[in-house]
Amino acid sequence: MMELICPAGTPAALRSAIDAGADAIYCGFNDETNARNFPGLNFSRDEMRKSIALAHGRGARVLVAINTFPRASAVEIWHRAVDDAVSAGADALILADIGLMDYTARRHPSQRLHVSVQAAAANPDAIAFYAETFGAKRVVLPRVLSVPEIAEITRESACETEVFVFGGLCVMAEGRCSLSSYATGKSPNMQGVCSPPSHVTYEQTAEGTKSSLGGFAINRFAATEPAGYPTLCKGRFSTAQGAGYIFEDPVSLDATTLLKGLRDAGVTALKIEGRQRGRAYVESVVRHFRHALAALESGSEADIASLKPFTEGQASTLGAYRKTWR
Amino acid sequence: MNDPSAASPGQLPTIPPLVALAMRPLPLLPLQLVLGGVLQRIHRRNPALFDRLGPHARARFGIRPIDLPFAFVVEAKPPRLSVVRDLPSGLDARISASFVNLLALLEGRVDGDALMFSRELVIEGDVEAVLALRNAIDDAQLDLATEVSSLFGPLGAPVRRAFEAARGQLIGSSGQASS
Repeated sequence: MMELICPAGTPAALRSAIDAGADAIYCGFNDETNARNFPGLNFSRDEMRKSIALAHGRGARVLVAINTFPRASAVEIWHRAVDDAVSAGADALILADIGLMDYTARRHPSQRLHVSVQAAAANPDAIAFYAETFGAKRVVLPRVLSVPEIAEITRESACETEVFVFGGLCVMAEGRCSLSSYATGKSPNMQGVCSPPSHVTYEQTAEGTKSSLGGFAINRFAATEPAGYPTLCKGRFSTAQGAGYIFEDPVSLDATTLLKGLRDAGVTALKIEGRQRGRAYVESVVRHFRHALAALESGSEADIASLKPFTEGQASTLGAYRKTWR
Repeated sequence: MNDPSAASPGQLPTIPPLVALAMRPLPLLPLQLVLGGVLQRIHRRNPALFDRLGPHARARFGIRPIDLPFAFVVEAKPPRLSVVRDLPSGLDARISASFVNLLALLEGRVDGDALMFSRELVIEGDVEAVLALRNAIDDAQLDLATEVSSLFGPLGAPVRRAFEAARGQLIGSSGQASS
C-alpha cells in the first residue's frame, strides 16, 4: 500500500495525524529553516524530540522538513537544524538545498534523505543527480506533472517518488517563485513564509472584503463569495485582457479519484499539504485518505464524503495530474 | 485534554436573533467573572499555551460573536478578559464569527483557514497576531467542558454534562470527522 504522509504544524496536530492513520508525519523546527515558518507554528527542539519518540511508539515515522535555502551569512542555522533533527531521531530529512544535502550526506551518511518539492526536481536527470550524489532515497515531485509523466519519471528513477494528493497548490516552479518576495521582501524559499501574515491586511469595505499584501490590493470578495489565501498567485487583477485570476484560481488539489492511477504509476507515498492548518483539517483529511486507501486496497467502493469544506475557495481541482490544456 | 472531533465547517448553527435580543438587557459582569475565571484556569493549566504567541503575547484581541449582543476583549499576558457591549478602538486585532464557530475554534473542532475560505470568520488588524493565537490555541487542545465545569465545585459534574450535551447538539460530539 502507498504510504500516507501527513502534515503537522504543532505537536497536537502530529498526535491527531497519528490517531487518524498517518504512516508518517512531516514537520519542521520553529525557525526559518522550514518552508512553513508561520507565527505560533512548528516545533521547538524539545517538542521535536518528544514528538518523534511518541510517533515511534505508535508505529509512525517523522520526516523533518529543512527545506528552505540557507543564507550565505548564516549557514550554521541550517547545519544546526540538520544536526538536531538527526539527533532527535528523524526518520528522514526533507531537504531542498544542494549545499545542505552535501553537508548532511558527509556529516550524517546513514541519515535517510528526501528531496523536497522545493528543489523542483521534475525530470529523471535531476532526480538521478540527487540520488547518485547525495544518496537521496525519495523525491517529492512538483505539482506540475501529469499522472503519465509521474509514471514515466518513476519508471526511470532509482529514487522513490512521493506526490501531493490534497491541499494548497503551487503551480509555479517551486523553490523558484519570487512573487511573495516581490511584494514583501520575504519568500517561502528563504524565510519560509509565502505571503507573510505580517504583510497581510483585510479591510471591510462597502464592496466586500479587500485583501492586500505588502500594500498591494490583491483581491476583493463579496460578502458570501468563497475566499482563498492572500497570495499574489491567487490575486484577482484588472489587465488589458480583462479582470480575473491571472495566475491561478483559489482552489485546492484533491486527487482522491486518482489514487489508483498513482498506485499504478509506481508512486511510493502520498502527501497531504497543510502544516499551517489546524487539527480539525489534519484529522479529517488524513482520515479521508486512510479510508480511500483502504478501499483501494480491498477493491471496494470508498464510502467517503467530500473534503470541499476544507478547500481553498471551496473548490477542488485535479491540477496538472489531469492536464487538459495540452 | 480532549480528543478533537472535527466538525464540518459551514454547518454550525447560529444563535437565533430572538434569543440574542432577549440577552441584550442582561448584565455583563457575571459573564465576565465566569469567563475571566475560565481564562485564568486555562492559563494555570497550560502555562506554555501562550509561549506560541511569541512577540504577540501582549496583543489585545477583540472577539465579536456576530450573533450575540456583546463581545470580548482578551489579553494573554497577563491573562485578562473583559465582556463589552461594543469593541473599543485601539485593539491589535478583531475576530468575528458566530458564537458556535468561535467555541469550535477554541476547541480545535473546526479549521480556521476553512472558516476564512467560507467567509464565516472575519479578521481585521494584526493578522500575524491572530495566526499566532490560533496556532497556540489549536495546540493546547482545550476542553471547555472541563474548564467551565471546574469553576462550579460540587455542581461541576452536572454543569459538565449540560455543557457536553449542548456542545453535542451544536457542534457534534462524535470523534469521527465529518469531512
